[in-house]
Amino acid sequence: MTEKALEMLRLLEKNAAYSNELLADLLAISVDEVKVLRKELEDQAVILGYQTLIDWTKVLNTELVTAMIEVKVTPTRGKGFDQVAERIYRFKEVKALYLMSGGYDLSITIEAQSMMEISRFVSDKLSTLDSVMSTVTHFILKKYKHDGVIFDQDNDPDPRMMVTP
Amino acid sequence: MSERFIAEHIKTLKPSGIRRFFDLAQSMEGVISLGVGEPDFTTPWSVIEASYHSLERGFTAYTPNAGLLTLRQSISRFLDTRFQVRYQPEDEVIVTVGASQSIDLAFRAILNPGDEVIVMEPSFVSYIPTITLAGGVPVIVDTYEKDAFKLSKEAVEAAITEKTKAILICSPNNPTGAVLSREDLIGISDVIKGHDLLVISDEIYADLLYDDTYTSMASMEGMKERTLLVSGFSKAFAMTGWRLGYVCGPKDLIAQMLKIHQYTIMSAPTMAQYGAIEALENGLSEVEMMKESYKQRRNYVVKALTRMGLSCHVPGGAFYVFPSIKSTGLSSSDFAEQLLMEEKVAVVPGSVFGDSGEGYIRCSYAASMKQLTEAMDRISRFLDKLKAKE
Repeated sequence: MTEKALEMLRLLEKNAAYSNELLADLLAISVDEVKVLRKELEDQAVILGYQTLIDWTKVLNTELVTAMIEVKVTPTRGKGFDQVAERIYRFKEVKALYLMSGGYDLSITIEAQSMMEISRFVSDKLSTLDSVMSTVTHFILKKYKHDGVIFDQDNDPDPRMMVTP
Repeated sequence: MSERFIAEHIKTLKPSGIRRFFDLAQSMEGVISLGVGEPDFTTPWSVIEASYHSLERGFTAYTPNAGLLTLRQSISRFLDTRFQVRYQPEDEVIVTVGASQSIDLAFRAILNPGDEVIVMEPSFVSYIPTITLAGGVPVIVDTYEKDAFKLSKEAVEAAITEKTKAILICSPNNPTGAVLSREDLIGISDVIKGHDLLVISDEIYADLLYDDTYTSMASMEGMKERTLLVSGFSKAFAMTGWRLGYVCGPKDLIAQMLKIHQYTIMSAPTMAQYGAIEALENGLSEVEMMKESYKQRRNYVVKALTRMGLSCHVPGGAFYVFPSIKSTGLSSSDFAEQLLMEEKVAVVPGSVFGDSGEGYIRCSYAASMKQLTEAMDRISRFLDKLKAKE
């Protein structure tokens, strides 16, 4: 991959809202070159989507409950963990799923309207899967930082003086 | 009035032209400032943490005059790996209160009354007063946009007299962002060697170079013995408020500078020195990240200003662009003042960096993209209004 493509990915990872025009200026290439690069990266599924990071706690009545669930599973012969992983990640409430090293096998991040909903997911859907041996659910109480962005950062005005040599 | 107590040479020392502008900008609300000569990043957290940890352990005493030996060793390794110049940490390095103090030490140590120092302009506002305060005579060599604000060997040669003692070079330069390449340095260093001069090489922006690898004056053939390499942590590591710099040079010269340092400062702040060790040992990946971001913003600002019709050479380093505003017919201070009053964007008039800076403004792109895009919109609107008035 070219250095420009990598640089563009790093920029978009931080801010998906950059327009092609602005990206062209930042990368010192033409808008057409940006479009071509972007299409290539999308076609190769390097860029999988463009999302917005939202602090839902600031929007009334939209708060979601988030939990992280540690899951121990029995791997399936021939398929390892992939088969059970697929059965789990297909649930739309599952936001993230990772295979972990250490004391448990799968880590699930789940978002739902209420604690009840999450507990139903764990008891009705997750624990009943054949290969799931045990689960430990941790509810998230407060988000300090997510995807590299600090929440509740004081909108501190620039601490620097206006004009310095 | 206490005026009768004030020394004559201080009365005649002019306050920096930046001051008046600072007061004006500071008094207004909603200003976007491109007038700041420091990074918009905060210091890397690991550096803050290391300094904090040193305080927790009670490391609050003086350090050796020249600075902690561990820090001097780190500086020495850093300069060797990065710029291929080797200094003995024991007796060729002094840690100072910002690079500014290094420059002050240098001039105080070398200048006899009347000795001349060649300085390129436009340049950082402190050089000339520091030379004057040390009893020296600054000899200005102007640099021009047509030469990408580079210092030429011919201009240096022409400025040399029998009283010339030293030359001060800053590359990448504040405010122009001009960078002297290896070839430029070969030419200039030949002249310097030919006339047996000393170089004070201000390399504070050396790590913020965007299109090339940096060549240090001290790494040029036969130059190390006649170069004082001045640098520091402020710019590359976003540590301006820590006030920590260093100077490296020939042992005998460093020993004389250390005498002044020992009597006037004692030692640079201890907690800052502990932070600086962490910066050099583990901070370089953050420097690279910041550098990439500056480079992108430079590309953007140069493009945006050029689209507005302001000619703007592409600065190779530091975080300033220095566009010409001659097409507007305004002086640089009128331009900056009107821009501030009408559109609330603070830039620094080029004239504060020397007479040859007249007709230019310094815009720092060490500001967020949000601030920069808004500032560019405002400057563009300001220029449209100026045109409409014509």
